[in-house]
Amino acid sequence: MDWSWLPEYLPRFGEGLWLTIQLLVYAIVIGMTLAIPIGLAQVTGPRPLAWLAKAFCTVIRGTPLLIQLWLIYYGVGSLFPSIPGIRESFLWPVLRDAFPYAVLAFSLSVAGYEGEILRGAFRGVPKGELEAARAVGMSRFQVLRRVWLPRALQNSFPTLTGEFILTLKATPLAATITIFEVYGVGSIVRQETYKIYEPLLFVAAIYLCLAGILVLGFRYLENRIPQPSRS
Amino acid sequence: MENALELLALSPPGWGGNLLRGLWNTFLIAFGAYILGLALGLFGAFGKIYGGPVLRGVLTTYTTLIRAIPELVLILLLYYLGTDLLNIALTSMGFERMDISGLWAGIYVIGFVQGAYSTEVLRGAFHAVPYGQIEAARAIGMSSFKAHTRVILPAMIPFALPGLANLWLIATKETALLAVVGFSELALLTKQAAGATKAYFLFYVAAAVLYLMLSLTSQGLFSLIERYYRRGQPQQG
Repeated sequence: MDWSWLPEYLPRFGEGLWLTIQLLVYAIVIGMTLAIPIGLAQVTGPRPLAWLAKAFCTVIRGTPLLIQLWLIYYGVGSLFPSIPGIRESFLWPVLRDAFPYAVLAFSLSVAGYEGEILRGAFRGVPKGELEAARAVGMSRFQVLRRVWLPRALQNSFPTLTGEFILTLKATPLAATITIFEVYGVGSIVRQETYKIYEPLLFVAAIYLCLAGILVLGFRYLENRIPQPSRS
Repeated sequence: MENALELLALSPPGWGGNLLRGLWNTFLIAFGAYILGLALGLFGAFGKIYGGPVLRGVLTTYTTLIRAIPELVLILLLYYLGTDLLNIALTSMGFERMDISGLWAGIYVIGFVQGAYSTEVLRGAFHAVPYGQIEAARAIGMSSFKAHTRVILPAMIPFALPGLANLWLIATKETALLAVVGFSELALLTKQAAGATKAYFLFYVAAAVLYLMLSLTSQGLFSLIERYYRRGQPQQG
């Protein structure tokens, strides 16, 4: 084992780590924002909307994330230049960069998987609680904001945090569309130093630490969520 | 539209045949890896349940590490480690160095990863079997081995099936990652077809449809199997 390359590449790993964290946070925040209406639509939405949400979850969960990523970056991305005048528009710098495509792909993936989990969670909230909330005079939106959503998130929190770890483990896929996050930097090291194991082990160790920190953080949050006494 | 059909035609110059061959490779790798994963999982689960502290420690390290490190990193690590170890073993025994074919390497790599998840699924299923059934089997005089093959394993199946069905779906999707290492399964062949024809959107959509069909068919089959194994059990919900 030869680690003499490490000091030279450490700053780039720092940049890569920052990209990984950005990607993860964007994906989770945007994905969850989408997942809530997707889950809700499947439980109470009108028939076409529920069907649409269900189809979205099935497609996202039934195809590999790598294909979704490539479809969005290479597929959709290759359609944009054919739109006349787009190269001059203010959108072009965003459309040319790979990062927004990765954020979009990962967010949609989170939305699909978590939407399915939230569907179960929304359905699992006892009806009596919702009726009680209506009975004390809350509007439907107030019921959702004060009772239904908090209860659903509370019940599904452990499952959701497990899914977020899976999202972290999927972020290296972004390296295949030229985003040099931690794994991508590791690939650069492998190409430039002709070493196989050291960079991979180093990358693995970084992900191990990240996963560990996330698990501890989520456990701390989970303990702070008040649990209803279980009978 | 006509152009799209031409590109997807089954015989060259269309790329449809290539995609289907990729799908078949994907299926083969996923199937082999799934079986290997189940074997490893069975060993791992019973090792965790009955093993001594050393075996348990090794297995816990295995399942924890595999489940915490990204699959892409694992695939590369296992691929290089596997070929290196194999070649060291071969050369020390006086054989020639050899390259493992893509299919077997893919099966070994994904199977090794699947094994960690199978271990946890099967271990959970074992603990879900009511203990009275195991005691009853022993009480009527079955040997420990017989109690396992006749009572415990069959009783584990309904509990393990949902998890195992999920693992199969994960296996089919995980094979796509092998494209990064250069195995010619569906994802890589799609990338090649898209690169050669510049019809990126068309081919990635086609690949997504093929993967989706594989997933949906598998889901249907698994729900049939599950219904079969749940016969005679009280209906839930």
